[in-house]
Amino acid sequence: MARKLPMYKAISEAIAQEMERDENVFVMGEDIGAYGGIFGATSGLLEKFGPERVRDTPISESAFIGAALGAASKGMRPIVELMFVDFFGVAMDQIYNHIAKAYYMSGGQLKMPIVITTAIGGGYSDAAQHSQCLYGLFAHVPGLKIVIPSNSYDAKGLMISAIRDDNPVMYFFHKGLMGLGWMPSPPEATVEVPEEPYTVPIGEAKVVREGSDVTIVGVAKTVHEGIWAAEELEKEGISAEVIDLRSLVPLDKKTLLDSVKKTGRLVIADEDYRSYGMSGEIIATVVENGISLEAPPVRVAYPDVPVPYSRVLEKYVLPDKEKIINAVKRVI
Amino acid sequence: MEKVEEIPKETLLEIYKVMHKIRTYEETLAKWYYEGKTPRFDISAGPIPGELHLSSGQESAAVGVCLHLKPEDAVVGTHRAHHFAIAKGVDLKKMTAEIFGKATGLSGGKGGHMHLFDAYQNFSCSGIVGASFPQAVGVGIAAKLKGEDYVAVAVGGDGAANQGTFHEALNLAAIWKLPVIFVIEDNSWAISVPKDKSTAVSKNSERAAAYGIPGVSVDGTDVIAVYEVAKEAVERARRGEGPSLIEIKVYRLRGHFEGDPQHYRPKEDFELAKQKDPLLNFEKLLLEKGIATEEELNKIKEENVKEVQEAIDFAVNSPYPEPEEALKGVFAGGE
Ligand SMILES: Cc1ncc(C[n+]2csc(CCOP(=O)(O)OP(=O)(O)O)c2C)c(N)n1
Repeated sequence: MARKLPMYKAISEAIAQEMERDENVFVMGEDIGAYGGIFGATSGLLEKFGPERVRDTPISESAFIGAALGAASKGMRPIVELMFVDFFGVAMDQIYNHIAKAYYMSGGQLKMPIVITTAIGGGYSDAAQHSQCLYGLFAHVPGLKIVIPSNSYDAKGLMISAIRDDNPVMYFFHKGLMGLGWMPSPPEATVEVPEEPYTVPIGEAKVVREGSDVTIVGVAKTVHEGIWAAEELEKEGISAEVIDLRSLVPLDKKTLLDSVKKTGRLVIADEDYRSYGMSGEIIATVVENGISLEAPPVRVAYPDVPVPYSRVLEKYVLPDKEKIINAVKRVI
Repeated sequence: MEKVEEIPKETLLEIYKVMHKIRTYEETLAKWYYEGKTPRFDISAGPIPGELHLSSGQESAAVGVCLHLKPEDAVVGTHRAHHFAIAKGVDLKKMTAEIFGKATGLSGGKGGHMHLFDAYQNFSCSGIVGASFPQAVGVGIAAKLKGEDYVAVAVGGDGAANQGTFHEALNLAAIWKLPVIFVIEDNSWAISVPKDKSTAVSKNSERAAAYGIPGVSVDGTDVIAVYEVAKEAVERARRGEGPSLIEIKVYRLRGHFEGDPQHYRPKEDFELAKQKDPLLNFEKLLLEKGIATEEELNKIKEENVKEVQEAIDFAVNSPYPEPEEALKGVFAGGE
């Protein structure tokens, strides 16, 4: 029987079920044990599986993320959490030079069934070193799969897929969707989640709202902002289709292209920095596939500034419903 | 605190004053932090949104070290930085305005609580654990190249000492004999992970031996002990004799951040922290030894309360920045 679960519980349930199914799965990271993960993604795991399989680590990211590679080379399936995506700098070499490339460089000898989980997103004044998304940075590097759920159903299914995948998967969860008591989350992110294990395939986008006049593309929080924008626009007679990409790598080009072919107009809502990122990739994909648009596409993204602290400043640059509505009006 | 008699009374009162100011400041800030966040705690609500890490119980570390420093000396702090900022002399009004996200803040509201920058006082800090150590090394290089006698203090928690940057920076400072003082504030916790579960040695000061530099462990509940140990390290650095490492054992009176449920923390640990309160201990000592009278301390307390209130008032009454400011200041040179 399906019941509603917040995203953080859906994630920890997925991990628990996979740990029960496969003894090679284990978890490492800062505060993932007794604390249950700062954003709750590993809540309850220590009690169930003990400290050997649920390992609290020192603040030594390059060591424990690098260790995931070594463990994977011996057939383990590690899940490593890095509290905030913003902290990846200290461990980047292990991720983009080693974990991402080991399968290719070894000519397929070494599989890397590693899941790297991390929190993204701002909107609560945590400033420039705790509010970024940065998924574009990782999507840029060949060899890493990138998934970003926007609700608890996808969160569970994508986590199970990520754990079962023989490749390194980076799993980004948006803090503002987790359904934590202390961090506001839209009720739409907390949906029905089946109790039994199930998968959501990596690389399949979802049309979360059908429409005919414009395609709005987003991930995580911007999916919800896009839906809210579409609801407002509908009152004005504008029919917006909203796509939740769910995976950046591999990118579901077919769903994207089918939608843009139908609507002829494109708006991308992206909480990551504007330049050299996801929003540009979406436009390039559309253009490269020869789809002609009725109007130039518009990107609603972070305008290439570090995330400011003050609420008024952050609100000004953060993509939201209003900005998406304005963008849609520019393409219509 | 045997050495207390050898220290001039005005210095002792200064130590007391700054420690008490820090405590008063943070307690007041905590009240403001929970404004708008009750009954349901919502991290994004109220006049001070975002994370807030307070240093209650750790004041002695900042005061014991910073009282030996001049404005030209640099302190590179951590996510838990108010005590070092105040002890270093960062403008309290501007710092408070920054924490409230106001235009009059140190960085016009762009930095916030974890990112306090004061170029005049050579103070900076950041939210990335372990970032402070190499940055202080760079200040040491500058001092050497310029032939100046300023020193740099790198602060980190016991958790931060497990970061690669700590070891790399210690080695660099040692081979180049740089004027850097590495301060490890050991409060036994890195959020919920206790030190004995994360650190292979019981004292981080022992790690200094691996780099051939002096390493001392000092009881942070005794501010005078910290003051003495720091004095030696700063003088040594100024004389060009190279870096040293000081581990200061302190106790965390509050959660890791405000709103931390602390369900991971044993009750005895709270009790211990309360007993080890460096401010109360020092106050008791000053009175017991007859170094200061209640009236003298009360006067200091009143002055602090007034100064803190003025800083809060300044912050509360300051305007927010213009939203468009968000787009400015990415590059030097006006773009
Ligand atoms: C590189 C990096 N990893 C993890 C974190 C998350 N984090 C912030 S503070 C903290 C614990 C720090 O412990 P410690 O260094 O002992 O300082 P304390 O908070 O006890 O003062 C952690 C894990 C971070 N900010 N940066």
